[in-house]
Amino acid sequence: MNATVQPSGRRPARLTTGRIGLYAFLPISALFFLTPLYVMMVTSLKTMPEIRSGSILSWPSAHNLDAWVRASSQACTGLSCNGIQTGFWNSVRILVPSVAASIAVGAVTGYTLSFWRARGAKTLFAALMIVAFMPYQVFIYPLVRLFAMAGVGNSLLGIVLVHTIFGLPTMTLLFRNHFAALPMELFKAARVDGAGFWRIFLQIMLPMAVPIAVVAMILQVTGIWNDFLLGLVFTGCRNLPMTVQLNNIVASSQGERLYNVDMAATMLTALVPLCIYFISGRWFVRGIAAGAVKG
Amino acid sequence: MAQVSVRQVVKSYETYQAVHGIDLEIKDEEFVVLVGPSGCGKSTTLRMIAGLEEITSGEIWIGGDKVNDMPPRDRDIAMVFQNYALYPHMTVFDNMAFGLKLRKYAKDDIKKRVDEAARILDIAPLLARKPKALSGGQRQRVAMGRAIVRHPRVFLFDEPLSNLDAKLRVQMRTEIKKVHQTVRTTTIYVTHDQIEAMTLADRVVVMNQGRIEQVGPPQELYHNPATRFVAGFIGSPAMNFLPVRVIDDGGLKVQLSSGVKLVVPPARVAHYAPYKGREMTLGLRPEHLTETRDMEKPGVVLFDALVDVTEPMGMETMVHFFDDGAPVCARVDPAFPCTPGHTITLAADMNQMHLIENDTGRVV
Repeated sequence: MNATVQPSGRRPARLTTGRIGLYAFLPISALFFLTPLYVMMVTSLKTMPEIRSGSILSWPSAHNLDAWVRASSQACTGLSCNGIQTGFWNSVRILVPSVAASIAVGAVTGYTLSFWRARGAKTLFAALMIVAFMPYQVFIYPLVRLFAMAGVGNSLLGIVLVHTIFGLPTMTLLFRNHFAALPMELFKAARVDGAGFWRIFLQIMLPMAVPIAVVAMILQVTGIWNDFLLGLVFTGCRNLPMTVQLNNIVASSQGERLYNVDMAATMLTALVPLCIYFISGRWFVRGIAAGAVKG
Repeated sequence: MAQVSVRQVVKSYETYQAVHGIDLEIKDEEFVVLVGPSGCGKSTTLRMIAGLEEITSGEIWIGGDKVNDMPPRDRDIAMVFQNYALYPHMTVFDNMAFGLKLRKYAKDDIKKRVDEAARILDIAPLLARKPKALSGGQRQRVAMGRAIVRHPRVFLFDEPLSNLDAKLRVQMRTEIKKVHQTVRTTTIYVTHDQIEAMTLADRVVVMNQGRIEQVGPPQELYHNPATRFVAGFIGSPAMNFLPVRVIDDGGLKVQLSSGVKLVVPPARVAHYAPYKGREMTLGLRPEHLTETRDMEKPGVVLFDALVDVTEPMGMETMVHFFDDGAPVCARVDPAFPCTPGHTITLAADMNQMHLIENDTGRVV
């Protein structure tokens, strides 16, 4: 018996045209997405005279953090000149309860729909899915009227409620599909063991839903943080989120336009979703893969 | 410890009826196996006893309590599932202790019970592991452990061995029997494997299409099946069924469609005489179709067969041949010479024959 098998036929080409195309495409697309970020970053570090005189892509002569300081604590929106930090804290106050509430409600709904086979569960799920594809604008006016009547219009509670409601279809779908992939026997075993609705949810199902909860969290954090429309409509003037405030700073039309401050303010606003992606990107992929292949 | 009564229980879904009013009385400490092909309603019946499936009508009693509307947790039962259903994020100990914790047992009592179950099942060194780190057989033991720690009134097993490989299945079968002999709890066990049913059960319940075909000790079912279905389902390889006509030409005989006439043994003549002239089905197990050995026994009839296929199993050889198109299987000694394509002489032990009515499927 010969020890080695000799390869036969032409050696496969290392570098095919497809490969070359791929290698050309990747850096170009990376540049495409990185250039705006680069422009924002360098502009925010320049002084106004330098911005006016220099090229948009040039490297700043001195790293000047004044614009960042102004953006965060001195930039004016309307009458107050406290910078974007008020918006930041408003957004945090909206974000934390909204994310927690929408995930909690979505998880319980998904759990109920997949295990407890309540009467009309299928219809309810179908309805949720249809609603998920309807544009927000349709609901805004009725919701504003409804909230005003209920006395929760223009308040923190109002916006948290709105985010929870609008997050419900996606969150439910996410959790329902995750739970549907788990073996039904697990649920039955827990019932025979003596656990009720909430105990099965909290002690059996929720610990197994951690990967999907991370996915849900990423979706909700970025979605709610980036939200502009709902924040504008439902929060009232005292709780305006960061995105709305950013718009007020950037779009203000009086006096000199401070590009460096605008850029810094924008960067500050984008920081939270950016951090979330960097920290949890690994979890995100794992969560999606876990849901896709098996529970 | 409890007896279980299933009375006129029906289960219907929107489009079809899965269980058609079955009756079953299970004695205290008895090991009862529900067996049947898939879709026969055995698992549904078990789930109804567990309370995981609502009953459409009828009554279920466990130890003197009517449990129709009782949720599973109040029925004081424990269940073992085919896919183990262990909680993946809990250790083996916590898996077994979960039910006890929910029932507010004291900590040291829980530990004592889990340790005892672990000793019975030989899984003490695994208590700190997660289910992921266990083999299939070990997982099944843990699932059984989860059931025994509670000392429930009834054990319910839903095809617990179907996920294991053949060798492990045989081993775990013995384990389950041993556990039952140690713990002596009323047990209801569902399987589609008739060998599991035969080896484990005090009584076997054969189900088919949502009805109970026959209930009895394994040997009784084997030797005196009530219907053609039971006769064909119990025993492996399956019983041979041959179309025959009951005739009387100077003694009661059954005539195969190939023309071969087999004499009915004297003990059965009076019993079968009323069926004279009718088309029936002859049932004869492979082990009663053998090489010619004890010819002195009355009721043994010789006939010739053209060998089609042989299957040497080691301790015996299965011989397949046809009788006028009907497949027949005989079980001969491995030393007996039989080659495919050759004609051999076989002996049919007609003392073991069954005669089946064609229209009702009833064994007469």
